[in-house]
Amino acid sequence: MAEQLTGAEALIRSLEYEGVEVVFGMPGGAILPAYDPLLDSSIRHVLARHEQGAGHMASGYAHATGRVGVAVVTSGPAATNILTALQDAYMDSVPMVVVSGQVATTAIGNDAFQEAHTWGMSMPATKHNELVTSADEIPDLIREAFHLASTGRKGPVLIDIPKDVLGATMTWHRPGEVRLPGYRPAVKGHPKQVKAAVDLIERSERPVFYVGGGVVAAGATEELQRFAEMIHVPMVTTLMARGAFPDSNPLNLGMPGMHGTYTATTALQRSDLLITLGARFDDRITGDVKQFAPEAKVIHVDIDPAEIGKIRFADVPIVGDAKIVLEQLIAQTERGGPQPNRDAWFAAINEWRTTHPLSYEQDPDGPIQQQYVIEELQRLTGGDATIVAGVGQHQMWTSQFWRFEEPRRWINSGGLGTMGYAVPAAIGAKAGRPEDVVFAIDGDGCFQMTGSELITAAVENIPIKVAVMNNASLGMVKQWQNLFYDGRLSQTALSPTVPDFVKFAEACGCVGLRADRPSEVAGVIEQALAINDRPVLIEFTCDPEAMVFPMVPAGGSNDDIILSREDLA
Amino acid sequence: MKHVIAVIVENKPGVLARVSSMFARRGFNIHSLTVGPTEDDTMSRMTVVVDGPEMEQIIKQLYKLVHTVKVTEFEPGTAIEREIMLVRVNADAKRRGEILDAARVWEARAVDVGVATITFEVTGPPERLADFLQLMNSYGIVSLAKSGRIALPRDQKSNKKQLKSA
Ligand SMILES: Cc1ncc(C[n+]2csc(CCOP(=O)(O)OP(=O)(O)O)c2C)c(N)n1
Repeated sequence: MAEQLTGAEALIRSLEYEGVEVVFGMPGGAILPAYDPLLDSSIRHVLARHEQGAGHMASGYAHATGRVGVAVVTSGPAATNILTALQDAYMDSVPMVVVSGQVATTAIGNDAFQEAHTWGMSMPATKHNELVTSADEIPDLIREAFHLASTGRKGPVLIDIPKDVLGATMTWHRPGEVRLPGYRPAVKGHPKQVKAAVDLIERSERPVFYVGGGVVAAGATEELQRFAEMIHVPMVTTLMARGAFPDSNPLNLGMPGMHGTYTATTALQRSDLLITLGARFDDRITGDVKQFAPEAKVIHVDIDPAEIGKIRFADVPIVGDAKIVLEQLIAQTERGGPQPNRDAWFAAINEWRTTHPLSYEQDPDGPIQQQYVIEELQRLTGGDATIVAGVGQHQMWTSQFWRFEEPRRWINSGGLGTMGYAVPAAIGAKAGRPEDVVFAIDGDGCFQMTGSELITAAVENIPIKVAVMNNASLGMVKQWQNLFYDGRLSQTALSPTVPDFVKFAEACGCVGLRADRPSEVAGVIEQALAINDRPVLIEFTCDPEAMVFPMVPAGGSNDDIILSREDLA
Repeated sequence: MKHVIAVIVENKPGVLARVSSMFARRGFNIHSLTVGPTEDDTMSRMTVVVDGPEMEQIIKQLYKLVHTVKVTEFEPGTAIEREIMLVRVNADAKRRGEILDAARVWEARAVDVGVATITFEVTGPPERLADFLQLMNSYGIVSLAKSGRIALPRDQKSNKKQLKSA
């Protein structure tokens, strides 16, 4: 029975076919046809206030659920608005599908109203993109988009659909098998390399796992835990991998890199073998690559062959899915020999741990320290919260001080460092996991970029919680000016009182709370946790002079870690 | 050093833009790039001549493009490589004979003869074109149009290094 549908109807049905439960977006001229059948669909639409917000919502949803996040936007300015979110998702390998409207095929190239070359602009910001030229292609192209977004190295895919294609009639057909002769992501690691890896580990005296976001993406956290405990090797978890391994496990040394713990960064530096899993030797981890982990051999497991050898030579390259490769490594280790004695290595690590712990001081009569807020949040939620950060000092402190125990409960913008990520991503996370407490921990600067999405949260009944760490500055940039520009502060001061965040929250239909003193911190958090029918914002008036340490200056060697202000004298 | 790679891509709209955008974005230098049909009309063949030492990354990044099906790097001397050019040289009556004699040795065909110039078509391996150009330089080159390179492996399987995607 040949059922005739419009392209728009075929689009919505294709999304339903993928099991999509929620899309984030905003209608407009070119995408209008798609919004009509949406009315009759089971798919929930969350109306964002800005398309960048819609994109980050889809990203937060994908992070929290592991499923593909979906955004729908119109042509021109809407498509350009969502570009930031596409690039953000591309850098962090977040599975996302964005459907954008386009001017009619007959108008393309004529500088028509709200025309933008979305296909060309999004090409370097997506894993793949397509301009649909006929309504018949819609089911297969949507299937292909979800397949590409969610397999191999995950990432965003954009499908640009001209208005006349949405309006055209097509004969509905279920999408067929994806036919992409050039797309064959590797799954299993090469057995010879797996054996070589296990042999190397058995000969290594100072091994360390270097774990990246790929382990979370692959859903490989249980396998990682099994393998790490089996061979009893310490590990570092990068900014994107916080929660991939419990912080409560003594093998976890925390986050390495520019603002990593002394122990994590130094363990990489002194290691003789990096067991790299789904990590990509980002410059925020390595510092000066030439001086990074100089004595270490490298096992590099990644699903993307292009990551292997891109920055650092891999002695044992393994292309494959982290979950499956870890199973292979476990099986091979069971057949292998004993692990060498590594007492000296653990003794060194424990020494660093005791001499250089993360620390801060909260003067009960002084200004609020952000680390204190984070620890109080942890205590009062029992750690049972999904934490979403913006970009800056507050993000680094959150990564340092929150004790992560589970994957997918830490969401942030790592690769692109997108200010404004937190509020919309928290909305997406909460939409995907409504039972969870979702707390955005945001900077006052970041919040002002996308804070209007609080309206979305209130109106759409997505009761997130937001902690705005108001240090009246673009804190991270100010820190660099203090450290590297002789304290000449240029354009990094924000008003301590404008906007009034409490009133702003209230105006957006949320509850607004404020804590100005350390003694008020626990009280407002308790209040916020008791409110579940509306979004809540808490403004914490924080120390404007605080700096994030440890710090390895950009491009410097990881041997030269600045531990505190006193180190600089 | 210049490397020659063959890239088999799905014959889809925009595939050339995808490849050139990737090269630009990653900072890889293209010396020349040609694209055309193959024996299979769902596929196109690109021949790319690239500068630089990052061959492994270039090949891996090409493979990451969803529409790339196969990438082959030719070891020096293992491929049949061809270019074509049209070159217009100054040729007044006095030197015309001398120029035409030289051109005959190079199997360059005179395809247009004007009052003061002759235009030659030369096809062949890139070195031959380069040598002819050098020779013509002494007469004065008025204008030049040159194709990119096309290449096919010689029919000796063992001679070529194939890089698989995995
Ligand atoms: C979109 C964008 N613009 C600029 C920057 C550069 N930048 C990085 S951190 C930062 C300051 C962030 O300030 P705030 O949100 O108050 O956080 P804090 O560092 O004070 O915790 C800036 C401007 C960025 N990362 N993203």
